[in-house]
Amino acid sequence: MSRSLTNLEKELVRIFQEDLPLVPRPFLQIAEKLNLTEDEVIDYIRRFKEEGIIRRFGVALRHWEAGITANAMIVWQIPIDKVKEVGKKLASFPEVTHCYQRPQQPDWPYNLYTMIHRSNREDCEKLAAKLASAVDQHNYRLIFSTKELKKESMKYFVEGAPECRK
Amino acid sequence: MDKVDLSLLNIIQEDFPLTKEPYAELGQRLELTENEVMERIAKLKKDGIIRRIGAFFNSRKIGYVSTLCAIKVPEESLEKVTNIVNSFSGVTHNYLREDEYNMWFTLIGPCRENLEKILAEIEAKTNLKIMELPAEQTFKIRVNFNFTE
Repeated sequence: MSRSLTNLEKELVRIFQEDLPLVPRPFLQIAEKLNLTEDEVIDYIRRFKEEGIIRRFGVALRHWEAGITANAMIVWQIPIDKVKEVGKKLASFPEVTHCYQRPQQPDWPYNLYTMIHRSNREDCEKLAAKLASAVDQHNYRLIFSTKELKKESMKYFVEGAPECRK
Repeated sequence: MDKVDLSLLNIIQEDFPLTKEPYAELGQRLELTENEVMERIAKLKKDGIIRRIGAFFNSRKIGYVSTLCAIKVPEESLEKVTNIVNSFSGVTHNYLREDEYNMWFTLIGPCRENLEKILAEIEAKTNLKIMELPAEQTFKIRVNFNFTE
């Protein structure tokens, strides 16, 4: 599933988790810092993408500022033998941005989680109803977010965690 | 944001050109000059719409683990608990939600022991119990939006 990265690859992760320089040749600027060629830097990104290490290379938006102001988590209680089928089906809707199976808890019976983002609440509710009838599952709840308390990109390979050295 | 900004955002959400002169290439596609593209991106950053341009990593593929957590936080402790939870760099997303479990955050770390250590620390400092919901199966992770609608 995962492989260990070389020191150079870790350095590239540390660079690409930051903001790409807004200069005509951003990859050249990075290459010069690392004593690589521009082509080598671009090739590393391509390879990381092929390996699935980089999920996507592009822009991170602030949703609220971009006009996507309603975001809801829909939690579903799905019979365990149906979770996989329903999860796959819900994930196939372009409006669903995230879809996970998570374990049920003593006071929390939900086992499937989908995220949706719309410009208002009514649209979220309509979309949830559409999803529910598409999968014929009606044990669900919309949990709207009211405030973003933190949203950052993870900084990998910057802090030591002594408890992880086995 | 005008129509051109929306087209620009649509393209660079997923498909930022991996070429030597990416802004010039975007310019060709959008019939703008390289300079105009860079100016538009600078403006979108300044207005807070673009957070950054770069890579989004699959944490699992580089050896990291993650989890989702929820806490029932009493109204009067919200500020204090927010500060405690947000102080950990592995907490990347934290939202207030309309539920008895009103605080939901994600935690990423280099190993399971690291997550457990941080969760125990949060519980000790807040005196609140955390409900942990690690993903058992991931069906989709994708955060692209179509701005031309």
